[in-house]
Amino acid sequence: MTSGGDPLLEQLASGERLPLARLLTRIENGDPSVRPLLPSLFAAGRGGHVVGITGPPGSGKSTLVNGLIGEWRRRGRRVGILAVDPSSPYTRGAILGDRIRMMEHAADRDVFMRSMASRGELGGIAATTWITAAALDAAGYDPILVETVGAGQSEVEVARLAETTVVVEAPEMGDEVQAIKAGLLEVADIIAVNKGDRPGADRAARQLRAMLSTAGGRVERKPPPVLVTTATDGDGVAALADAIDAHRSAARTPAAARERAISQVRRALADLVAERAAGSTGWNEVARAVAARELDPLTAAERLMGE
Amino acid sequence: MSDERATDRSEPIRVIIAKPGLDGHDRGAKVLARGLRDEGFEVIYTGLRQTPEMIADAAEQEDVDIVGLSILSGAHMALLPRTVALLRERGMDDVLVAAGGIIPDADIVKLKEAGIAEIFGPGTSIGQIARYFRENARRRS
Repeated sequence: MTSGGDPLLEQLASGERLPLARLLTRIENGDPSVRPLLPSLFAAGRGGHVVGITGPPGSGKSTLVNGLIGEWRRRGRRVGILAVDPSSPYTRGAILGDRIRMMEHAADRDVFMRSMASRGELGGIAATTWITAAALDAAGYDPILVETVGAGQSEVEVARLAETTVVVEAPEMGDEVQAIKAGLLEVADIIAVNKGDRPGADRAARQLRAMLSTAGGRVERKPPPVLVTTATDGDGVAALADAIDAHRSAARTPAAARERAISQVRRALADLVAERAAGSTGWNEVARAVAARELDPLTAAERLMGE
Repeated sequence: MSDERATDRSEPIRVIIAKPGLDGHDRGAKVLARGLRDEGFEVIYTGLRQTPEMIADAAEQEDVDIVGLSILSGAHMALLPRTVALLRERGMDDVLVAAGGIIPDADIVKLKEAGIAEIFGPGTSIGQIARYFRENARRRS
């Protein structure tokens, strides 16, 4: 919990909210002033549990997150939430509506909830989400819930960021074959069939369990637990919080943690390297050469990387 | 990062649209939220029946540039100055606060004295509001 004497990190550590909120804005905006802070920000990380919450639009992610906040607050945890909604590809505007379901916790000093627009990223989270999650970690929030945009079948980026990924489904979302398609369900560490008061919820959970037990995408894995929740009345929410906490303990073997950290960082590094490349002096020249068909894209990439 | 990229970067303005108090009509707030989205704003919508404390707490965590308060209930003299005071108390001195709804002319002067920058009555177009917000939102350094 060393803040290294940096005044901003000290403010974060002491639970001040406006400095954290303003730091998140600078991170989102790619403000160059963030760059020199990054080493101490990551060093100040306290190992908060990053939990991804994903699933189709309308499956009840935000309502379930609201229930989880209440559950973890009862257990004395400080909860951070990053809730991502899509940006318009035409105007870059966005409606960020996840807060509607969580306003009851707005005044709780031990809950920090931030809405983020995806700003053109297609993976279900924003490009800067991994840094904003690090900021919440440095500020001592644990768990840190990352709620994705309403996800289709392949917005699986959150699984790289999160230690534990919860996929929220609703009943009657499709037949058994949906459960064995590659993609979203494959990255689930836990599946919550929400809207458990609807007809078909238990049947959907049974089908998911049956199908997922036949084949795991990542072969070494046990099939993920499938829980039925009713976020609107809190049914099953405590069990879901237990399952998330249990997954953390199981996932935090040193080897697993190292492997996960590497795969998380790989994507972040690729983004940063791409950004650097796009700003390098040879970039325009190489792009022009490729456009004029004097160079193929692979050779161009090798040249930019100095290979 | 090249200079060209730095200068053409205009970050979206963040606005919170909130409904303080007990009135249950949020069609106008939703139309405005949608319209501002189409104008390129990032709009955080809180839903109905918010207290000034909830709005100030949300505005703080969201680090918004603008707080837009929609109110039709007649309780504006109680709720709007209180919201401004809480925002200022929390250090959000440069956040623009605007209101919309059914507000009598006689109250408008007092609300402006209390720190509400502008009040948009019935018939205001979304374009007008968007233009006002763009011209008056704080500039981030």
